[in-house]
Amino acid sequence: MAKSITHEFVKGLWEEVPPFRLVLGLCPVLGVTTKMQYGIGMGLATTFVLVCSNILVSMLRKAIPAKVRIACFIIIIATFVTLVELLMQAFAYPLFLQLGIFIPLIVVNCIVLGRAEAFASKNGIFLSVADGLGIGIGFTLSLAALGALREILGAGTLTLWEGIELVNLLHVFPGFHPFKFMVQAPGAFVCLGIMLCFMNMVGKK
Amino acid sequence: MGEMIKMVVVLTILSSLSGGVLAYVKESTQERIELQVLQLVKGPAIKAIFKDATNDPVADRFSIEDGDAKVDIFVAKIDGKDMVAFETAGKGYGGDVGLVVGIDVADDKIYGVGVTTHSETAGLGAKAKEDPKFAAQFAGVDIKGPIEVGNPINALSGATITSQAVCNAATQAGEIYGRLKPQIQEQLNAFK
Repeated sequence: MAKSITHEFVKGLWEEVPPFRLVLGLCPVLGVTTKMQYGIGMGLATTFVLVCSNILVSMLRKAIPAKVRIACFIIIIATFVTLVELLMQAFAYPLFLQLGIFIPLIVVNCIVLGRAEAFASKNGIFLSVADGLGIGIGFTLSLAALGALREILGAGTLTLWEGIELVNLLHVFPGFHPFKFMVQAPGAFVCLGIMLCFMNMVGKK
Repeated sequence: MGEMIKMVVVLTILSSLSGGVLAYVKESTQERIELQVLQLVKGPAIKAIFKDATNDPVADRFSIEDGDAKVDIFVAKIDGKDMVAFETAGKGYGGDVGLVVGIDVADDKIYGVGVTTHSETAGLGAKAKEDPKFAAQFAGVDIKGPIEVGNPINALSGATITSQAVCNAATQAGEIYGRLKPQIQEQLNAFK
């Protein structure tokens, strides 16, 4: 087989990075990225669901009848999403409060279902794990990048995790006025558009 | 026919497994989740309001039935005076804004308020939680009202809806307090 585990992993990081190359799963991408930390949290939650559902779908791919495969995928994905929701409430409650509605919505994130249908249901477990991890980490990095851009412009800060502030422009340049537009919904579209444009420019070479 | 049976069997097994796993996880995390809510959401707000308390207001609490709802009431003692605090919510720009209202039982005035959960815009409405000057305006206001934007509360700049939400939550707290005062008094006496 020409497919190698490394190839399946690496493709998710750049070549097929979900929000920018595939332009899939935009709902959480636009919704939660008001701060870098929320982007990271959402990305990690999605990665967990993606890897787990890929493993299970790949394991069961011979047992699942073709006609009800989508229903089976959804059951598997929904189970893991609910698991993440409960675990996040128990162990990372502040993050859960911020991500709120977007956690249950991972169920309908087309990246997760898309990978189950397009990849895990046709490939072995190890390839599927590599695929899930790659796409998941690519998704996390994209969300973190978009979140970072919006946070630095819109609020003047850069928060890696709850309480860990990397930069605070308000302290560096006391006269800095945050560009509030960026942390609101229209700012998400503008930032995403600009980032897509740069990705395409770099990709064309 | 064989395929039909296979579909039914696979779906049934998958769903029951999923249900079983989730029920187990929910059961085992429930207690921790409740604790997290208390410690991370209400706890810091209550401690901030009653920072001079001589007891632990998060530990000293009781609950009272208010119609169908259950109200958790936290008790603090400051300079020998009894204070109570509980949480209400008002409709904000991005959903419910939770507010813990601390009340001085002796004169029915607000001792302090603190925003708990919210999904307001960062930098605008979110200031209701971050800007101590906004919350400080509520101290000393009569809980029976009126508590409105403009009188006696000045709105946050650029966040009128959030400011209204907080005022509505405080007004609602006044209504609940009015309804439950006899029971609160009773419980407080039992507490001593």
